[in-house]
Amino acid sequence: MNWTHIFTVYGKELRDMLRDRRTLISMIVIPTIAMPGLFALVIAVSFKVEREVAATPPSIMILGGDDSSAMRDGLAKNPKLSIAPPTENWRQQIVDKKLRAAVEFPPGLETTLAGGGSASVNIYHYQGEVRSSRAVTEVQEFLKAQANKIVATRLAERGLTPAAIKPIEVKALNVAPPEKVGGNLIGGIIPYFFLILAFTGAMYPAMDLTAGEKERGTMETLLCSPVGRVDIVLGKFLMILTASLGTVACSLLSMTATLSIGGSILARSIGGGDPAAAARAASRIASMTTLDPVGLLAVVGMVLPMVVLFAASLFTISLFAKSFKEAQSYVSPLIVVILMPAMIGMLPGVELNWKLALVPILNVSLASKELVSGVWHWDLLGLIFASTCLYAVIALGLAVRMFSRESVIFRT
Amino acid sequence: MIEARGLTKTFRDKKRGDIRAADGVSFRVAPGQIYGLLGANGAGKTTTLRLLATLLQPTSGGATVAGFDIVREAQQVRAHVGFLAASTALYGRLTARETLAYFGKLHGLTTADIVSRTQRLADELDMHEFLDRRCEKFSTGMKQKTSIARTLIHDPAVMIFDEPTLGLDIMAARTIVKFVRECRARGKTVIYSTHIMSEVEKLCDVIGIIHDGRLLAEGTLAALRSRYAEQDLEEIFVRAVGAPPVLAP
Repeated sequence: MNWTHIFTVYGKELRDMLRDRRTLISMIVIPTIAMPGLFALVIAVSFKVEREVAATPPSIMILGGDDSSAMRDGLAKNPKLSIAPPTENWRQQIVDKKLRAAVEFPPGLETTLAGGGSASVNIYHYQGEVRSSRAVTEVQEFLKAQANKIVATRLAERGLTPAAIKPIEVKALNVAPPEKVGGNLIGGIIPYFFLILAFTGAMYPAMDLTAGEKERGTMETLLCSPVGRVDIVLGKFLMILTASLGTVACSLLSMTATLSIGGSILARSIGGGDPAAAARAASRIASMTTLDPVGLLAVVGMVLPMVVLFAASLFTISLFAKSFKEAQSYVSPLIVVILMPAMIGMLPGVELNWKLALVPILNVSLASKELVSGVWHWDLLGLIFASTCLYAVIALGLAVRMFSRESVIFRT
Repeated sequence: MIEARGLTKTFRDKKRGDIRAADGVSFRVAPGQIYGLLGANGAGKTTTLRLLATLLQPTSGGATVAGFDIVREAQQVRAHVGFLAASTALYGRLTARETLAYFGKLHGLTTADIVSRTQRLADELDMHEFLDRRCEKFSTGMKQKTSIARTLIHDPAVMIFDEPTLGLDIMAARTIVKFVRECRARGKTVIYSTHIMSEVEKLCDVIGIIHDGRLLAEGTLAALRSRYAEQDLEEIFVRAVGAPPVLAP
C-alpha cells in the first residue's frame, strides 16, 4: 500500500468530482436546499391542515331523538359542531365526506335516563378521516358531559358525592427533559435521514468512478500506470466516502439552520398574525426539534462506519457493471434495502436488543433513536459499532478483491 | 526489450466454454525495433498486448518487458511501459496539463520533472494552445496528442500500441504513425498491433501474423514476401492464416 499513490488518486477524483455538476447537485444542492425545504413544507402543510380542521366545525346529522328534545337541542347548540338537516342517504354522505358523522339517539332516550336506566347512542363515522374523527370526539365529549351530569344527579339523590365512584384520581405528569421528549418524537427520523442521505450521496460517485470509468475507457488508462490495485481502490473509495459524508454534513448543517431559523418563521406563518397561535406553534416545533446535542454527535459516530459500509458496497456492486446505466439498474433497487430496516427502526415499540444489534442499518437506526433521547446502552452500542466496522472492513476487502478480478474489470 | 515465451491466456465463457485468446505466443522485440502484430478482429492482438502491459495475467507461459517479469514484477513493468490503445481514453474534466501531472505523479515523478517534461512534450507535440483546456472539449487530434504525451511523460523504454489509429481520420492517424517512428528513432522497443496492412508495411521492422490466438507467421516484410512468394501483404496474410504455422528461425 502506497499512501502517496492513494492520495494522488483521491486528489484527482476529488478535483474531477467537484467539476461535475451532477455530483454537486446530489452532494450539495439536494441536501442543503431540497431536503430541508421539503421537511419545512411537510411541517407547514400539516400545521395548516390542522388549523383548518380546528377552524371549521365538522358537519354532523342527528338521527332519531324526536322524543328527547333536550339532548338534541343541547347537541345542536354545540358551537364546535355544525348540524345538517336529516336525509335518508346519510351513510353515503359520510362516505363522500360531505357529512363527517351521524349521531343516532334511541327512542325514549330521555325517559330511560330519567327512569335511572342506561341507553346506547351510536355514532357513525369515517374511520381514519381527520375531520370525521374530530366530529366523533366533539360528540363523545358532549355525551360524556351529559353522562357526568346524570351521574352527579343520581349520586346526589342517593346522598353521595362524585368521589364515591372515583376513589382514585390518576394524573400522568411528564418529568422527561424537553430534549428527551424531542428525541422520542423525531429521534427515529434523524438516523433515517442520515442513512438515506449517506447512501444517496455515495451512489453517484460510486457508479461514476467504477462503471462510468469503464464505459469511458479511462479505467484502462489508469490500470496502465504503476499503481497497485489496492491503492486505486482506496483512492476511489476515499472519494466516495467524502461525497457521502459531505452530503450528510451539508444536510446536517442545513437541517440545523432550518430548524433553528426556519422554526420561528414557520411558527409566525402558522400563527397567521395571532401571537398566541404563533407562540403555541413555536412551542410545539421546539418540543419536536429539541435534541440532546451529545446524543446527536453520538449518532454521527454510529453512522460513520455505516457510511464506510455503504461506500464500499456501492463501489463493489457498481464495479461489476459494464456501464453507468447498468450500474444504476443494480444500485437503485438497493435504496429499498436501506429504507426497509431504517423504517422498521422508526416504528414505535421496536426496541434494541442483542440480536437486532447485529442487523446492519436496523441496529444503527434503533441505537440512534435511543441516543437522541439520551439513552446510552454502552454494551449494545459497542457491539453495534464493532459489528458495523467489521461489515465495513469485509465490504472494503471485497471491493479490493473484485477490483483485482480481470473478469470484472474487463467485463464486456 | 520484449521477450514473450509461450504466452497463453484462456477465458471462460458460459456458452462457448474455454477460449484461448492467446495460445503459446512467443516473439522477441529488440530496442529500436517496431514489431507489428497483424491480425483480424478477435485474433488475440489486444489480449497479447494486455498481457505484456500486465493488465491481464497469463494462464501459462510468460514474458519479460524491459527486463522485468510480467507476473512477478508487474508494477515495474508498468513503470517502464507506455500503453496507447483506442480504448485508453482521457479524463474529460481534467485539462491536458492536469492529465500529464496526474500520470507523472502516479509514475513517481517529482513536480519539477513533471513541469519540465510537460513543457518539452508540449513543444514537441505542439500542445501549448490547448494545454490548459479540459479534454472533454478537445478535437480528435488534440486528444491523440494528449494521449501520446500521457504515454511519454515517464519516458518509458517500451511502447505498446494497440490499434491506436482505430476510428481516427487520416490526419490524426498520420500523427500517430509519425510518433511511432520517432519512438523507434529514440531507441525505444515498440510493439504495434493493427489490422491495417498499409500501416504494417510503412512502419514495422518485423511482422507477426496472429490468428485464433496463435502466431502463425513471423519475419521481416521482405522475408514474408520471399517465403510466401507474394508481394501483396494482404495475400500473404490470407495465405498465412489459412496455412500451417511457418515461424521465422
